[in-house]
Amino acid sequence: MALCRLLQRNSINQISNRVLPCCSQYFSTAASPSETIRATLFPGDGIGPEISESVKQVFSAAGVPIEWEEHFVGDKVDPRTESFLTWESLESVRRNGVGLKGPMATPIGKGHRSLNLTLRKELGLYANVRPCTSLSGYKTRYDDVNLVTIRENTEGEYSGLEHQVVRGVVESLKIITRQASLRVAEYAFHYAKTNGRQRVSAIHKANIMRKTDGLFLKCCREVAEKYPEITYEEVIIDNCCMMLVKNPTLFDVLVMPNLYGDIISDLSAGLIGGLGLTPSCNIGEGGIALAEAVHGSAPDIAGKNLANPTALLLSSVMMLRHLKLNDKADQIQNAILSTIAEGKHRTVDLGGNSSKTDFTKAVCDHL
Amino acid sequence: MARRGLPLLRHILRDSAAAASAPPLLKALASAESRRSVTYMPRPGDGTPRAVTLIPGDGIGPLVTGAVRQVMEAMHAPVYFETYEVHGDMDTVPPEVIQSIRKNKVCLKGGLATPVGGGVSSLNVQLRKELDLYASLVHCFNLPGLPTRHQNVDIVVIRENTEGEYSGLEHEVVPGVVESLKVMTKFCSERIAKYAFEYAYLNNRKKVTAVHKANIMKLADGLFLESCREVATKYPGIKYNEIIVDNCCMQLVSKPEQFDVMVTPNLYGNLVANTAAGIAGGTGVMPGGNVGQDHAVFEQGASAGNVGNQKMVEKKKANPVALLLSSAMMLRHLQFPSFADRLETAVKLVILEGEYRTKDLGGDSTTQEVVDAVIAALD
Repeated sequence: MALCRLLQRNSINQISNRVLPCCSQYFSTAASPSETIRATLFPGDGIGPEISESVKQVFSAAGVPIEWEEHFVGDKVDPRTESFLTWESLESVRRNGVGLKGPMATPIGKGHRSLNLTLRKELGLYANVRPCTSLSGYKTRYDDVNLVTIRENTEGEYSGLEHQVVRGVVESLKIITRQASLRVAEYAFHYAKTNGRQRVSAIHKANIMRKTDGLFLKCCREVAEKYPEITYEEVIIDNCCMMLVKNPTLFDVLVMPNLYGDIISDLSAGLIGGLGLTPSCNIGEGGIALAEAVHGSAPDIAGKNLANPTALLLSSVMMLRHLKLNDKADQIQNAILSTIAEGKHRTVDLGGNSSKTDFTKAVCDHL
Repeated sequence: MARRGLPLLRHILRDSAAAASAPPLLKALASAESRRSVTYMPRPGDGTPRAVTLIPGDGIGPLVTGAVRQVMEAMHAPVYFETYEVHGDMDTVPPEVIQSIRKNKVCLKGGLATPVGGGVSSLNVQLRKELDLYASLVHCFNLPGLPTRHQNVDIVVIRENTEGEYSGLEHEVVPGVVESLKVMTKFCSERIAKYAFEYAYLNNRKKVTAVHKANIMKLADGLFLESCREVATKYPGIKYNEIIVDNCCMQLVSKPEQFDVMVTPNLYGNLVANTAAGIAGGTGVMPGGNVGQDHAVFEQGASAGNVGNQKMVEKKKANPVALLLSSAMMLRHLQFPSFADRLETAVKLVILEGEYRTKDLGGDSTTQEVVDAVIAALD
């Protein structure tokens, strides 16, 4: 454990998590502003390539020292990864430590794993972070949402372990482990601390699922003791849902197991205007961060210059914060928010009639 | 329910003296429609008072069940209550309570507190399993006069109540690894689907939506969906569609008017019901109940916070509206429709006027003040 703390303080980048699995708990890599950082970019399908172009444009206009390594989803299944993502793409993310992913359409068929599942398992992405903040300038029924949902991404109800006991009776296993719960709780408190958040709420249903959610809560409580400056509370999931739709200002950072996280993060995205505006970032073992746009690939508007790049842009800002390039991140974020707040350049999905290039140009101008 | 209550509401407003000082909107409503003309023809003897088991429960339970009792007396409803004390910290529900419910077939209950994290299993869940109350129904709708962010909400959430994630089968595999079994059976999925479609048919509802996560839990929720699809073919007049639970929650906060009746397995039903209750006005006003083949237990609709907190109990400021509307549902279930209508109309009038509202609705009244207002509004 002393060795872990030593490593955390120095933030050494080269120790792979295979050598010291228990100590790979440092969470972000500090980047010195002078050298360029390589980041993997998966443009994705549909509107993916266009909005990735927008991100590249904004980054170069802001002078962000990032060099993109682009990888595309292949059309053949790579036997080493059992999916359409090649081994080289995954190695690239592991090497660079950061990545940005556009929307990917899931190919139908058997004999391969889904793309998201491949990324999650191969890169060990254990936490999904989604900050939901109301965008001034895009009016929804809720004006003052400012919360972050952190969802455990590897186990829980989505373990995929189901079987038919006898005809007409199916069992599905929900697994909760101490290790995974501790890991995500640590990340949640660390995130709260580094982003100036005051409160972390653990969402659970431990009154009914005593042992499983009870274990999750125990782990959260243990981690909470290490951060006495952050308020910790526990909220039952049904109460949480109700409070979120009545008064979202009651929440700050939410940490939850897999299924509740899925539902609550989508609910929160709905509060601010949908998945087209919500950024998201997946944190993996060894401090890997893969920011992504969670909306679909929208094949019907692909290539027509109508797409809204906001979600991918905000996700790339999250990526910059992970790299501790905070001033660049703030600059770009303010540019995006003021462009939307101004209301002059809005894409079709927000009710305006600007094209994607106009919107991107407006963001660059606001820098 | 809102549609049927309005004609009576207007009738009351036209006749009562309050119409003179009522705002122009109410007056317009009052003069618009005529008196209800369809009559309920009872069989001789239907008016004999029926026994109903009453469980006050914990926290604000005794307060709100007391409110129901007062209003029932004021209405001279043909219902009398057999009260039993049950508290959340008991090991099991006492057998005499179960026996009483089996005899009376109908029960009205306040919330039972469940200890978090360990010890006794939830008494609410125990009661439902013991009496096989397999369908839980929550009716979420906008109350006229109550300002909410969402309008045109009229959703009924029908939730499977006995199996699914709440099977209670958990164990520690090795220290630090815990498993919980989610059990889905064709038998339970089929009967809840049948109940949902039957409810829609009998209440003139146009659409049933099944909520699931079958893209991830392919076998378990896949079984649930299969059963729903089978039952849907037997009701060609009712539209059927399916929605994934995370998308469903997102749609609920952005476009709730697209939902009508929703049928869900156990856990998702809990979340969806509480979300729908939240957008329509809060858990303090949504009625609901649990029903099985032979018994029915009525309680506050959505379960979040139904035992309230200590301050609410001390200051006696709990919201009785949910339980009053649930008791109106109970009266209709017992086939006393005119009493049910009167009670609902009175409650809605009190909310519409806006003078007596508890804290969760933005007012500052105590429970007793709301009850007195309801009794005064009864015709």
